[in-house]
Amino acid sequence: MRRLKRGALGVMWALGGVLISVLMWELVKWLGGVISLPMNTSDSAMPHVWTMIGGVGQPEVRGSETTVLEAVVAASAYSLLIALGGFIIGVSVGLLLAIVMQRFAFMERGLLPFVIASQTVPLIALAPLITGIGNRISVGPVQWNTTYSVMFIAAYLAFFPLSVGALRGLQAPTATALELMRSYAATERAILFKLRFPASLPYLVPAMKVSAAAAVVGTVVAEISTGVKGGIGRLIVEYAREATAQPAKVYVAVFGAICMGLIAAAIVTALDVYLTRNLPKESRA
Amino acid sequence: MRHIARSRWGALTGVAVVGALALSACSSSSTSSETSAAAPASSAAASAAASTAASESAAPASSAAAEACAELTPVSLQLQWFVQAQFGGYYAAKDKGFYEANCLDVTILEGGVDIVPQTVLAQGGADFAISWVPKALASREQGALITNVAQVFQRSGTLQVSFADKNITTAADFKGKKIGNWGFGNEYEIFAAITKAGLDPAADVELVGQQFDMQALLNGEIDAAEAMTYNEYAQVLEAKNPDTGELYKPEDFNVVNYNDEGVAMYQDAIWASEERLADPAYQDATQRFVQASLEGWIYCRDNAQECADIITANGSKLGASHQLWMMNEVNKLIWPSPLGVGVLDPALYAQTVNVALNTKNLEGATVITAEPAAEAFTTQFAEAANAALTAQGLNTTGDAFAPIEVTLNEGGN
Repeated sequence: MRRLKRGALGVMWALGGVLISVLMWELVKWLGGVISLPMNTSDSAMPHVWTMIGGVGQPEVRGSETTVLEAVVAASAYSLLIALGGFIIGVSVGLLLAIVMQRFAFMERGLLPFVIASQTVPLIALAPLITGIGNRISVGPVQWNTTYSVMFIAAYLAFFPLSVGALRGLQAPTATALELMRSYAATERAILFKLRFPASLPYLVPAMKVSAAAAVVGTVVAEISTGVKGGIGRLIVEYAREATAQPAKVYVAVFGAICMGLIAAAIVTALDVYLTRNLPKESRA
Repeated sequence: MRHIARSRWGALTGVAVVGALALSACSSSSTSSETSAAAPASSAAASAAASTAASESAAPASSAAAEACAELTPVSLQLQWFVQAQFGGYYAAKDKGFYEANCLDVTILEGGVDIVPQTVLAQGGADFAISWVPKALASREQGALITNVAQVFQRSGTLQVSFADKNITTAADFKGKKIGNWGFGNEYEIFAAITKAGLDPAADVELVGQQFDMQALLNGEIDAAEAMTYNEYAQVLEAKNPDTGELYKPEDFNVVNYNDEGVAMYQDAIWASEERLADPAYQDATQRFVQASLEGWIYCRDNAQECADIITANGSKLGASHQLWMMNEVNKLIWPSPLGVGVLDPALYAQTVNVALNTKNLEGATVITAEPAAEAFTTQFAEAANAALTAQGLNTTGDAFAPIEVTLNEGGN
């Protein structure tokens, strides 16, 4: 009962937050008409919220059977799938790196600087590079396509927070716990699976949340950058081009991207609940 | 203990399998959607290998020719941007089976915000690329060995659009005004025109960075905005004038056309790899590619509406009237081609090089620092293509070309 009440309260807070954002937006618009603000608040620069909502039902281009909403939902789902793929690759690679770095101290000294340096490469420089290299890859009948490039970029962003978080987590067990395991003559593998993994969960889960967000951002940015067809990033660019006559349309696509990020976060939260079901409550992330 | 450990391994493997499944589902869905997006075109090309069964969309003559091909040469073309009528000729050549008739299986790679076609070409990511001449020459100077094999657009499509009450009809009127430009190498015609009009770009004119939509012009934030005849200018005419409640009309605006200012620079051209042109097979493919592409442009000249529809069928999100407007304006940039379609005019090339070499932007940089080598362009392929197309009974100069009338609707719909 109490949980239900808390859940309802949570939903109300979330809705209240949305409502406040809408009110703020309209307030700024209204203020712009009364006093001079350092930004453009005309309908073309800041369309009314109801114009944006009204725009979702319209056909994407005249005569087409798909509405803007359908196009945005389809594109978001497509991008989410790519982001998910990137997330899974990123998590796998990140976890593997963390295990290797934890097991061999020289690897941590040698690899960690590269892991950190990898994230300083600007994404917009990386995206065309990967597409350029990827276009020349074909292994047997499998021809690289730009979708893989986008997934690669998503994975590239996603692996970093995870590998750093997981490394921290794998190193979390106390010396006494480790000594106890050693006194049982436990192998390194047994220590890894019975002690280090469970101990790393409180670090792993928040790292996964960051990774999921990074994968979504990486997907959208890489789509915009390389122009991959079918995803929400491309749709944002295409709708932005129509902003001269239909300024509200691009916001629908942006909302699609936001919803995509929220769904990704929800998936990780579900994973969190599952993974930490046996942990004592206070250590939950 | 070991049992538990093993079951954990099992769980891990399970997770990996699920991951792999999700991945493969993801990649297969992506390929399938890509295939379906390109279906009208690629089905025609693919069918050629297995005779002509499925190539209903290809012209009868070309499918007969396709049968004569032992096999199709796979080549790829990198565009500067998403599919739109600016690239109508290539999509028409693919859809109408001109590539297939020339024994080519062409993959058209769409561009994106950060895709630089001439770099993709130089790195071997594509066999051919579409690029503006000054940008390609700049890349060439930085080491990209590429050659202009067909100069498709014979004139520049860049305009400076302003409201009529600003009285900006020539570059000399830019004085003291806020002039929008896109930067990133798109600004050199503006600088050249300002300099040619005897003004100092740093002192006499306020140059303002411009977004890719035209709101800054309509809101009065800038006095004159850079616009392409085939895109941004149309966007302005598709927007509602809040004072009248109707769409803006051409007479509401003045346009400065950089062709008239004498500073126009060559734009869309087909570029090939200079290194690979030494290879007879690539040379042969280039010849066939240029010829089929130019045939596609001739088709779009005579069938503007159908070409616009082909582009929309290939996944362009532009509205119908905007698409047709773009097709028509692009036709105006190509036709007439007095020397033959795709044949580079040495005089306009010299003007392009001259502006690229001598116009300094605000940072004092020029597009190129030295005269490009003679290998930067060749007219051999376009001339041979013109001869072949003329022999097919096609008019390759478009001397009788008359643009159609396009009425733009709100939002380009």
